[in-house]
Amino acid sequence: MIAVALWSVAALLALAPAGVVLSTRPRGSIILYGGCLIATSTLCITALSDLLFFPHLTPSATLPIGLPWLGAHFRLDALSAFFLVVVNLGGAAASLFALGYGRHEDSPGRVLPFYPAYLAGMNVVVLANDAFSFLVAWEFMSLTSWAMVVSHHREAENVRAGYVYLLMASFGTLVLLLAFGLLASGAGYDFDAIRASHPSAALSGVVMILMLLGAGSKAGLVPLHAWLPLAHPAAPSHVSGLMSGVMTKVAVYGFVRIVFDLLPEPVWWWSMVVLLVGGPSATLGVLYALMQRDIKRVLAYSTIENIGIIFTGLGLALAFKAEGLDWVAALAFTAAMLHVFNHALFKSLLFFGAGAVLGATGERDMEKLGGLIHRMPKTAFAVLVGCVAISALPPFNGFVSEWLTFQAILLSPQLPSWGLKLIIPAVGGLLALAAAFAAACFVKLYGISFLGRPRSDVAASAHETDRFSLTAMLVLAALCLVAGILPGLFIDALAPVSKSMVGNIMPHQVGLQWLTIVPIAESRSSYNGLLVFLFAALCGTTAATAIHRFASDRLRRAPAWDCGYPDPNPLIQYSASSFSQPIRRVFGGVIFAAREIGEMPPPSSPLPARLKVELRDLIWDALYAPIAKAIGFATDRINILQFLTIRRYLTLVFVALIVLLLVVAL
Amino acid sequence: MSSLQFDIAHLLAGSLVLASFMMLYQDRLYALLNVYALHAGVLALSVAWQAYVQQAPHLYVTALIALVFKAIIIPVALHRIIKRLGIHREIENAIGVGLTMMAGIGLVALSMVVMLRVTPGADALAREDLAFALSVVLLGLLIMVTRRNAVSQVVGFMSLENGLVLAATGAKGMPLVVEISVAFSVLIAFIVIGIFLFRIRERFDSVDVQELDRFRGERR
Repeated sequence: MIAVALWSVAALLALAPAGVVLSTRPRGSIILYGGCLIATSTLCITALSDLLFFPHLTPSATLPIGLPWLGAHFRLDALSAFFLVVVNLGGAAASLFALGYGRHEDSPGRVLPFYPAYLAGMNVVVLANDAFSFLVAWEFMSLTSWAMVVSHHREAENVRAGYVYLLMASFGTLVLLLAFGLLASGAGYDFDAIRASHPSAALSGVVMILMLLGAGSKAGLVPLHAWLPLAHPAAPSHVSGLMSGVMTKVAVYGFVRIVFDLLPEPVWWWSMVVLLVGGPSATLGVLYALMQRDIKRVLAYSTIENIGIIFTGLGLALAFKAEGLDWVAALAFTAAMLHVFNHALFKSLLFFGAGAVLGATGERDMEKLGGLIHRMPKTAFAVLVGCVAISALPPFNGFVSEWLTFQAILLSPQLPSWGLKLIIPAVGGLLALAAAFAAACFVKLYGISFLGRPRSDVAASAHETDRFSLTAMLVLAALCLVAGILPGLFIDALAPVSKSMVGNIMPHQVGLQWLTIVPIAESRSSYNGLLVFLFAALCGTTAATAIHRFASDRLRRAPAWDCGYPDPNPLIQYSASSFSQPIRRVFGGVIFAAREIGEMPPPSSPLPARLKVELRDLIWDALYAPIAKAIGFATDRINILQFLTIRRYLTLVFVALIVLLLVVAL
Repeated sequence: MSSLQFDIAHLLAGSLVLASFMMLYQDRLYALLNVYALHAGVLALSVAWQAYVQQAPHLYVTALIALVFKAIIIPVALHRIIKRLGIHREIENAIGVGLTMMAGIGLVALSMVVMLRVTPGADALAREDLAFALSVVLLGLLIMVTRRNAVSQVVGFMSLENGLVLAATGAKGMPLVVEISVAFSVLIAFIVIGIFLFRIRERFDSVDVQELDRFRGERR
């Protein structure tokens, strides 16, 4: 098993240098993405069969590369297998999408060599079984994705995004390095040895905080999210899909691997920290998303929301595990893992949709789109499925995982600790708010971009995207539906993961009547996606038939009610900014320091009146700007050292030596 | 080891430190080079004595290398360079002699304290040798810091290397590879810095490193 996985990773690595050559050939991108598709599909199938049929085997392998006395250790347990499925499902979908989309790339030489290397990096992170391989692969993943973020480097915005991303990635890796250093102090770098050692409670707590910072900065938890909405949209769309849908999951994997697997039993306050970061991330992420006009940026902010939901689930699992309620911990953990899977599906799908729109119109700004449902009907359908799924509406998959998370939240009164008893319902409230905002956000995204009339010429002349891209999107949309109506299968597949991480599993789901899922007990709650789907399909079909049969089925176009102001300009349509205005008025004043500035021309002037909205990112202002200023100040002072004379440098060395010797002597 | 052997080793290593002190206050380049040749000669004697005491014939090779390269070839070559550059009349306005000597004494005291503190378990000869070697290294650095002329900085650097060789031979059983590499590193440094000198000369008509700083637009 692991041999197949490692060979596929090696194939991906081999494709990276081939990408340099292929990028100059006219059909090179097809060969490269085809190769990536084959390799990732192999990995996906291998990992899936491992997870389904041999979940209790943990094959491992050691390669003689890396540190000479350590080697590179790899291991494929249930957790790795699950995340391999997520990574490679996303990777395969992105490669399939890129078979069509990648042909339009302006500078293939800046994307093709890094793409397979990036996939390989993510796979190795998930497979690694020692700290050294893990960190090297982690950094490799960061650097290759950075290279693709700055692939369109002529736009100043992308360069800035790349800079911020590089800084944050270095920060994350530094923190991870510290965490592993602390862990390895008693045992060495091998994960098996770390697992066998028993670090003290204080040390474990510090490692947990460091992991939350390190993995959280890669996953985009507030307040470490600042780079994410800049970097994810800057990359080519299939890479954006991978970064948002998959790489953030690799970060989640890192957190789970260390905190649930390598560290000893959790302490209750760990969950407090995770919950206090996860809940606000969910709400703030989606609030930011609501304020945006750029489609890809909306999607990137929405990733922050979903990562918040996942970390809330993980925090709940930690809380319940610490208090000994491991059957609830299994529920919360499974919910988080299911959301990892679901988010990878629909976020990739939506980014691909954004890519298709970008390819067809060259626009990411919603205010310049509109009416695309007539020009790109298939894309519009797939994106609609993604929007419904990410808004957590039944019968799609997003609903299942969020519903399971809420089931775990509803069990919080059983916890003995009062702190958690108070915090968890509050976090639940935040999550519910986030779910509602997410629905609003995606109504806006879909409504403004795909419905209505085109707001620009490019939107009016858009055309349907190519077959490969459509296939990738439709496959993901189908998977969203399958995971939504047959969640029992997925929950059961996650049982070995949950067993190995929190020590218990959710009740067995397959075999219940009508494919219902019952997370705790039938008397308490149950959900049947299939019935909801059938009911919705039946009602919808019946209503449509009835209307078309008994009323008129003729398509009738009539002038819309225009408030007595007949201007045919499509710009008078409801816009993205106007859609989010009510929410901006309620929350924006506090969270974004939003200001609306109306400029009214003097009477009798023909100038138009203008309404400007100013939003500020207060977290940036309060956290990042002071740090940047402090570093700038310090570097200005230290900069003097750059221009000393040779003798002064020698004197510096000499004085430093003398001081050190004095320390030894005294 | 008899006390006579120890005393002679002690004497030679001490003379090396003394030679370093002599280099500190030389303000003429030729005089500095001559003292350096003396320095290297004393080093060669000291290494040869160590070879005899430790009965390690390969150390004779090191002694020979020190004698031929450091005491003869390099000083002669530097003499030529100085002549070709026409800077043999230059007087270096280093920091005052008294102050430099005081600093040098302080450095020797420091290296004694450090070495006696960190090597209580070692053999007495090795301890003394290491203390003297560290003194020579520190004095070499001091020479480099107090000089402005690139040639005298090179000389300071090479006296520093002599200290390293002394340390390497003082410890028993150090393989020859190390000494050869040390000798070669000096040679390479000499070549590189020699080329560097000509480059400065071509550009600025002087080997005063101040010129370099002036070129970079720096004020002192």
